[in-house]
Amino acid sequence: MAESDDQRQADDAHVYHHDEAGNRPVQGHHDAEVIGEQAVSSYWRANIRLLLGLLAVWFITSFGFGILFVDELNKIPFFGFDMGFWWAQQGAIYVFIILIFVYAIAMKRIERRHGVDDDA
Amino acid sequence: MSTQGLTYLFVGLSFALYIGIAIWSRAGSTRDFYVAGGGVHPVANGMATAADWMSAASFISMAGIIAFMGYDGSVYLLGWTGGYVLLALLLAPYLRKFGEFTVPDFIGERYYSRAARIVAVICLIFISFTYVAGQMRGVGIVFSRFLEVDINLGVLIGMAVVFVYAVLGGMKGITYTQVAQYCVLIFAYLVPAIFISILITGNPVPQLGLGAEVVNEPGVSVLQKLDLTLQDLGFAAYTAGLKDKIDVFAITLALMAGTAGLPHVIVRFFTVPKVSDARLSAGYALIFIALLYTTAPAVAAFARLNFVDAVHQTDYQETPGWFSNWEGIGLIGWLDKNDDGKIQYGAGAPFEGTPAFNGERGSSGERKLTNTPTDNANEVYVDRDIMVLANPEIAQLPGWVIALVAAGGLAAALSTAAGLLLVISTAVSHDLMKRTFRPDLSDKQELAYARIAAATAIVIAGYLGINPPGFVAQVVAFAFGLAAASLFPAIFLGIFFKRINKQGAIAGMLTGLVFTFAYIAYFKFMAPELNNAAHWWFGISPEGIGTIGMLLNFAVAFAVSAVTAPPPEKVQELVDDIRIPSGAGVAHDAH
Repeated sequence: MAESDDQRQADDAHVYHHDEAGNRPVQGHHDAEVIGEQAVSSYWRANIRLLLGLLAVWFITSFGFGILFVDELNKIPFFGFDMGFWWAQQGAIYVFIILIFVYAIAMKRIERRHGVDDDA
Repeated sequence: MSTQGLTYLFVGLSFALYIGIAIWSRAGSTRDFYVAGGGVHPVANGMATAADWMSAASFISMAGIIAFMGYDGSVYLLGWTGGYVLLALLLAPYLRKFGEFTVPDFIGERYYSRAARIVAVICLIFISFTYVAGQMRGVGIVFSRFLEVDINLGVLIGMAVVFVYAVLGGMKGITYTQVAQYCVLIFAYLVPAIFISILITGNPVPQLGLGAEVVNEPGVSVLQKLDLTLQDLGFAAYTAGLKDKIDVFAITLALMAGTAGLPHVIVRFFTVPKVSDARLSAGYALIFIALLYTTAPAVAAFARLNFVDAVHQTDYQETPGWFSNWEGIGLIGWLDKNDDGKIQYGAGAPFEGTPAFNGERGSSGERKLTNTPTDNANEVYVDRDIMVLANPEIAQLPGWVIALVAAGGLAAALSTAAGLLLVISTAVSHDLMKRTFRPDLSDKQELAYARIAAATAIVIAGYLGINPPGFVAQVVAFAFGLAAASLFPAIFLGIFFKRINKQGAIAGMLTGLVFTFAYIAYFKFMAPELNNAAHWWFGISPEGIGTIGMLLNFAVAFAVSAVTAPPPEKVQELVDDIRIPSGAGVAHDAH
């Protein structure tokens, strides 16, 4: 026991603890673990890759279809709408919702794979 | 029961509900007061975020603005929803892991600097008060039109209700009243939209009705009919825009980044239990928001069509009751330029300025105007804000629908006002008192300060509602532009770029802030006569300049950080810690 406390203190020298914060998230089963730098950096790279992909879709559907190419798309009829107008006033918003849920679900998977999830 | 009786009933019942919830959910600690104890279910938080976010501007004004701007109105639809993608992907989960109470908390700790915290507090207070003033105008309009009480009394009643639940319950009280307010406001928005969609197209889903064919006119869709009708009257086609592409682009981006950087929206994500809940909750919030935001363009198109139908070439004496009702409070004005007793509606301003009545009646019984007429054929002045509120009357829907819309408009205004007042009071009691000037405060004392600050903020907001500064409508651009140019980049860089240090962040925030502020102030107040595309930089209007402010912020933050010392070890570890959803920290040395 005393030994593991010693071990813990030795680790503490290299670990940032933000314990005094008043609104920390609830306990997860990884909370006591100190996570290796390698797991963290590969987790972070996976996160960035996912982010860039989703933000590309975010940009193309709103700024691309709804603004930059709206005139070209408006030549295409789409369920009673001109397609560019539909993207700007309807379509992009539906895509935004999908993007957030895709991110939430995909991140859960990435986190579990790298052992940094916040499951209870 | 009369429409007014029903309105009193609906508004009274909804207010009783909000106060009941407040008494049930009193705050006992600062954690309750600031973040509702940090245990709100993601779906409930999604609803509360939607009500918090959708203000009088979304509920009352947005569809009206789109009705008159057509395609150009898309900037609001895209900007005010796309910001949630940025929030969910780039900010909310990390700020939740950070685990403090306020946005300045993050900026102050991440940039290890009291100055950075104070800059953030100033941005926050300025943004939030700008926003609150707009809510109070919404409360005033609803009260004076539907309940026929004095605007000032209306504002006081609204303030009293917010006072009870915000001061007693803090974030905890606000959260659960916002859930109730969301239900009231979305029901109030959808019911008339569905009715009107059925009347015009036979399709009960407004999102589909917008693209459907008009009843009795096979082969002509709503948007085609609108384009034709408006072009006949001398307007531009509804589905084509007048703004330059670069301006539409810049405004949309500024509104998105501004949305993601608004403190009262960010703190809502501090109330869920954990990091993964923050992501999910943003998704739920956007579903609840999109219900209104995808309906709004349909409401806008239907309202414009109905308005032209009801008004153009109609004898003033045969106009429906709503026309003279809104004329009565000065949001509609009619100047019979050709003395035919009929209303002609068309493009262009009918006269200079907003209606100025001299108290007399004209030959048709209209309120006489003293404005100088313009030389176009249009005779009607109509304030965009009335479109949603007048829509059920224009479409001749039953009285209870009109009463419902009044209750919904109040729910939208009050829920947003409460959220804003809370972040203002938190910034004062937590960031200024506890973290800066009086670190020795106990939790009980800090809570008392929070309540005093909330009460003070309500009084100031009430004052702004009763004596609206003339520039309120002008400064909406400020709130989003400043949030986009200051808070959003500072938080984003703080999470994703470890190397950004105190000097870089402060220099970046100040650059973004000063540039954006100066540009808007110049074109809105100092030289409003130059406020047109020919004088704007790169053709970007003051509404969109936050985008340039944001880019300047990024550039300055990187440049200054590169030539100054990196942040201390402890701060870099903080960044490591907030990037992962769990764990006790990151081991840097494998010895």
